[in-house]
Amino acid sequence: MLEVRGISKTFNAGTINAKKALDQVSLTLNEGDFVTVIGGNGAGKSTLLNAVAGVFNVDEGQIMIDGVEVNRLSEHKRAKFLGRVFQDPMNGTAATMGIDENLALAYRRGKSRTLRWGIQAKEHKLYREMLKELGLGLEDRMTTRVGLLSGGQRQAITLLMATLQRPKLLLLDEHTAALDPKTAAKVLEITQKIVERDHLTTLMITHNMANAIEYGNRLIMMHEGKIIFDVSGEEKKGLQVEDLLHKFTELSGDSASDRMLLS
Amino acid sequence: MSIISLLGALPGSIAQGIIWGIMALGVYITYKVLDLADLTVDGSLCTGGAVAAMLIVNGMNPLLSLLFAFIAGMAAGFITGFIHTKMGIPAILAGILTQLALYSINMRIMGRATQALSVDEYNLIVSLRYINKSILIGLIFAVVIILVSYWFFGTELGSSIRATGSNLNMSRAQGINTDRTKIIGLVLSNGLVALAGGLYAMFQGNADINMGRGAIVIGLAAVIIGEVIFGKIFRNFALKLASIVIGSVIYYVVIAIVIQLGLSTTDLKLFSAVIVAVALSIPYLKNRYFSKGGSKNA
Repeated sequence: MLEVRGISKTFNAGTINAKKALDQVSLTLNEGDFVTVIGGNGAGKSTLLNAVAGVFNVDEGQIMIDGVEVNRLSEHKRAKFLGRVFQDPMNGTAATMGIDENLALAYRRGKSRTLRWGIQAKEHKLYREMLKELGLGLEDRMTTRVGLLSGGQRQAITLLMATLQRPKLLLLDEHTAALDPKTAAKVLEITQKIVERDHLTTLMITHNMANAIEYGNRLIMMHEGKIIFDVSGEEKKGLQVEDLLHKFTELSGDSASDRMLLS
Repeated sequence: MSIISLLGALPGSIAQGIIWGIMALGVYITYKVLDLADLTVDGSLCTGGAVAAMLIVNGMNPLLSLLFAFIAGMAAGFITGFIHTKMGIPAILAGILTQLALYSINMRIMGRATQALSVDEYNLIVSLRYINKSILIGLIFAVVIILVSYWFFGTELGSSIRATGSNLNMSRAQGINTDRTKIIGLVLSNGLVALAGGLYAMFQGNADINMGRGAIVIGLAAVIIGEVIFGKIFRNFALKLASIVIGSVIYYVVIAIVIQLGLSTTDLKLFSAVIVAVALSIPYLKNRYFSKGGSKNA
């Protein structure tokens, strides 16, 4: 579903601030894979997701989504393949627009936006049902401006928006990091439900190693722009947080990692 | 101050306010909907006036000439949009560049700094001579533009323009071509501004190379006055747009009053700039000095 071949990205190339954020990264995701991504600050996790999403062009390498090379496609063109949820709850929704309007925007991802009315009558029913499934009581506040909602509510809506048109690939960039623990758990629960229901191929960055082990069928660890550990199946299920810390020390040569724990 | 002379001046102020209110609707599209400060308007207002005036003196029907003024304004907006989105120039600078270039273009269009447009010679649709008729015509234009805007910004395309102004990242993530939506917004905005320029040239009886100077400030004043007075009660988009036209009328009525109070007309621009600066700074000052728990962005 996703095939990344040897991509590299250096920010501020040629200056004293040059930073190699991705270093010959290759990664293949099969249909239905739910991969969690861990690593310290500056490991290249978000850069990897943003490279796939087309926020910037990579310096070298190739990115294929569902067999289509997307290297040359701009961010908005790649959007038809991708559902994205960001770390900052403010980022995924239009604050000045209603819940229904936001969903309607997402419903048209990958389609041409014409001079037809922005929300068709039949959509209201669909959105109502989907919001009801979230269990947050938002189905009765369809026209409320999203800016008036809490961070958790906004992330839940962003998740809906990301999956309203079934994406080839769902990119979750620490989408629970800015939420309080209880809300984070709820949003993760919703995430799991949607991913399972739609059999979505998913790439989820998280800082929470327990979450990284608990969710998904595969886990990758990044360090200094490289994937240093890649584990799946039964082996992944049996992991403990201590195992991951140990692996990190062993593979990165970094000491047991406040950097990883605290980041 | 003479109440009588003030009352005598009021209908003219109202007509002027409605025409500039149409311009302010254009400013609203960029400043509020797209969240861009577009300075093209100071030039495109005159472009509209110049195009309409030249077409009228060459025999075109005044109403039809406004269509061409609209198209000329759209072209100006397209230039700003193009150099902003495709050449990476910040929007405010892109607008300034277009505005500067338009000075030469407007001179080319008119061939001189002022093109007279006598209501005796041409069948102008608005004029200082016929204030009541001008108010009526202005209102018809404003209402039609508001209704069409209400429809347009409710469509899929219009919604994507609103989304672009609300959250650029989210818009791209949802597959919106934000370069395109910005250009469309700038095109429509400057089209409306130029249309207002055409109307205003007829109203004042000439197109003048300086007629657009400070237009952006008047537009902002109208938007802000409308928002401050009606923001809490007008939630509907069409009503919000209507409040801008009303804001513009209020602005010109206030201007008429301060002139009656003895303010020199050459001091007006200073007066306008101060009013807008104060109005724009209120949200910031409120947040900074009067909110509990200090600044949100601390």
